[in-house]
Amino acid sequence: MDEKSSYNYRVVRQFAVMTVVWGVVGMLVGVIIAAQLIWPELGFNTPWLGYGRLRPLHTNAVIFAFGGCALFATSYYVVQRTCHVRLFAPALAEFTFWGWTAVIVLAAITLPLGITSGKEYAELEWPIDILITLVWVSYAIVFFGTLALRKTPHIYVANWFFGAFILTVAVLHLVNSAAVPVSFWKSYSAYSGVQDAMVQWWYGHNAVGFFLTAGFLGMMYYFIPKQAGRPVYSYRLSVVHFWALIFTYMWAGPHHLHYTALPDWTQSLGMIFSLILLAPSWGGMINGIMTLSGAWHKLRTDPILKFLIVSLSFYGMSTFEGPMMSIKTVNALSHYTDWTIGHVHSGALGWVGLVSMGSIYYLIPRLFGRPEMHSIKLITLHFWLATVGIVLYIAAMWIAGVMQGLMWRAVGSDGTLTYTFVEGVKATYPFYVIRLLGGILYFAGMLVMAWNVFKTIAAGSPSDARIPMPAHA
Amino acid sequence: MSEFTSGFWEIYIGAITIVSILACLVLLLTMSSRRVSGGATETTGHTWDEDLGEYNNPLPRWWMWMFILTIVFSLGYLAFYPGLAFYKGGGNWSSTGQYDEEIKQADAQFGPMFQKFASRDIKDLARDPEARAVGQKLFLNNCAQCHASDAGGSRGFPNLTDKDWLYGGEPETIEATIANGRKGVMPAFGAILGSEGPRDVAHYVFSLSGRTHDSIRAARGREKFQTICAACHGAEGKGNPQLGAPNLTDKIWLHGSSEEAVVETITGGRNNLMPAHKELLGDAKVHVLAAYVYGLSNPAPGGK
Repeated sequence: MDEKSSYNYRVVRQFAVMTVVWGVVGMLVGVIIAAQLIWPELGFNTPWLGYGRLRPLHTNAVIFAFGGCALFATSYYVVQRTCHVRLFAPALAEFTFWGWTAVIVLAAITLPLGITSGKEYAELEWPIDILITLVWVSYAIVFFGTLALRKTPHIYVANWFFGAFILTVAVLHLVNSAAVPVSFWKSYSAYSGVQDAMVQWWYGHNAVGFFLTAGFLGMMYYFIPKQAGRPVYSYRLSVVHFWALIFTYMWAGPHHLHYTALPDWTQSLGMIFSLILLAPSWGGMINGIMTLSGAWHKLRTDPILKFLIVSLSFYGMSTFEGPMMSIKTVNALSHYTDWTIGHVHSGALGWVGLVSMGSIYYLIPRLFGRPEMHSIKLITLHFWLATVGIVLYIAAMWIAGVMQGLMWRAVGSDGTLTYTFVEGVKATYPFYVIRLLGGILYFAGMLVMAWNVFKTIAAGSPSDARIPMPAHA
Repeated sequence: MSEFTSGFWEIYIGAITIVSILACLVLLLTMSSRRVSGGATETTGHTWDEDLGEYNNPLPRWWMWMFILTIVFSLGYLAFYPGLAFYKGGGNWSSTGQYDEEIKQADAQFGPMFQKFASRDIKDLARDPEARAVGQKLFLNNCAQCHASDAGGSRGFPNLTDKDWLYGGEPETIEATIANGRKGVMPAFGAILGSEGPRDVAHYVFSLSGRTHDSIRAARGREKFQTICAACHGAEGKGNPQLGAPNLTDKIWLHGSSEEAVVETITGGRNNLMPAHKELLGDAKVHVLAAYVYGLSNPAPGGK
């Protein structure tokens, strides 16, 4: 096919396939560390197998490798398809793939070796941070360049979200990673004390808000209407919730630092903006789910739509839970407990995971010239494995978290603490087992997906779609 | 409550906060029209990628009210609690104030009981089941991390249930140890003793407690022990509680009893730290804890 008249699917294919590969890797590491919490012997007294080093490997692999590749793949696909134009600067797009892959491989080597900046979700050391910056600037050039060349008069809503995600992550990464290197593999943060903590959680919460929310809302806004064959429910709802969401998220970080050395007024500020964030977050959920009105019956038969719609249910649940947990009195109970882990995973497994999987199932046949996935039944199987896994996981962590919070604060009639810390750990043990079971189910679903994707690709061959003629647009 | 170098910044951030919250409200209201031009299912008229379109349904009312409710709540919260950098809030609340208040309440509630304990002799208190129950709770939450839940200790952390005491087992000594902490320092002698010296001394030390040893090494080590180690551990190796120097003639080895562990101790020295708890717990709780610990190795006669 003529290069100019077709979309550039090459880089989309690369990222889409690696989404599945890194999903398997990242979730496997998650299963391993969940098992280590039950059987600490599984660290084998080996430093690079220790929980403390594998945990950041797990978070980096699932957020930046699995989630990141899904975002690259879908944004490159969506921006071309909704702008009716081939991707701008294809060489740079190719660089973003190899550069991002290099970042992931370097993370997989340095984190187990204990090379870390010590900042949660930003553990990678400064040389890798510089590589991330180069990749991200290239990503922005490719994305916004394509947008500038668009043949459609208006910018589609999915691209607002992808654009906000790309711009904001650039700012977050640059500010939070500012550091003074002391050697090639060691640096210290440019900030100190509570300022450092505040910058870290301004970054940390916006990594959730922009990397894990805005970007995936972009995904949602394309793949749900496409898969459902229905128009988006409300344009004006998308306007209100887009601007309110990206504006309000910026303020919410201090809720990670309740009852710390952070000034009281800053903590309150984080809390109230987290509460205001509830409605803008739900705006996205409403717009996605209501898009299905008139096509509800499709949910019964279409497992891809099941992934996409159930992901929105988990999104709605965790964006309700988040503002509640940001309330100081609730936070006094929930903070430092496994409730936080449950909350994060209802967002990560339920929202980010399911919406990515649904989108990749939509993409793979189209990228490899097949009418549909190798097996629709296996998609359904994956859906149920994942959903049951999530429910087991988050229910176990909720119960464990509330129990821990109550045990830690229990005071006897003599004014001493009723429980020692280790009694709380012991009481959590059965919930760690349920969590592991949930994690194994979710991971098993990912393996089913990998097999299904492999068979689909093996039966097809790379195929690029034709760009519609201008008269069409 | 200023955390800034200039009062300007408090006004600056406070003003931005208010404007931002109101901006959310304005954004919502500008889009809140219930009317939809044309029919209820009017699209915006834009199409992307063959079939992607958008309806322009009005904002769900319940959602709008939820949004407004959070904004109203936030403004109310800012009026009552600190949140605007320049304004403390009408409720005059602060986290340190809340903490002080809770401590005051706890002191009022539990203080009398602890004062009653504090006025009693440790030996006497050690036999009081009520005090022992309180002491055990304190022990489990403050001491068990190092000394273990059964106070049996572990390598580097002394067993508190036997009669062997580094600094002395008198009630007042135990209380002083808990209150002010201890620093146990065994200097490194590797450089002075040379390559074989530490092992020779180790074998001599083993001979003191009747352990199997290499008598030739022990003979060589004896002289070195008398000139170097005896200063703290005494000529007979029985230790010195004034310095916290352990008795080397018994079967208790804090840092490991193997030949390698003892050689390592002599070569590289040891640094042990018992943290001070006076500031953390207060005198009364330290007193109750001392009684509990004393009671571990001095059980009431015939009692439990």
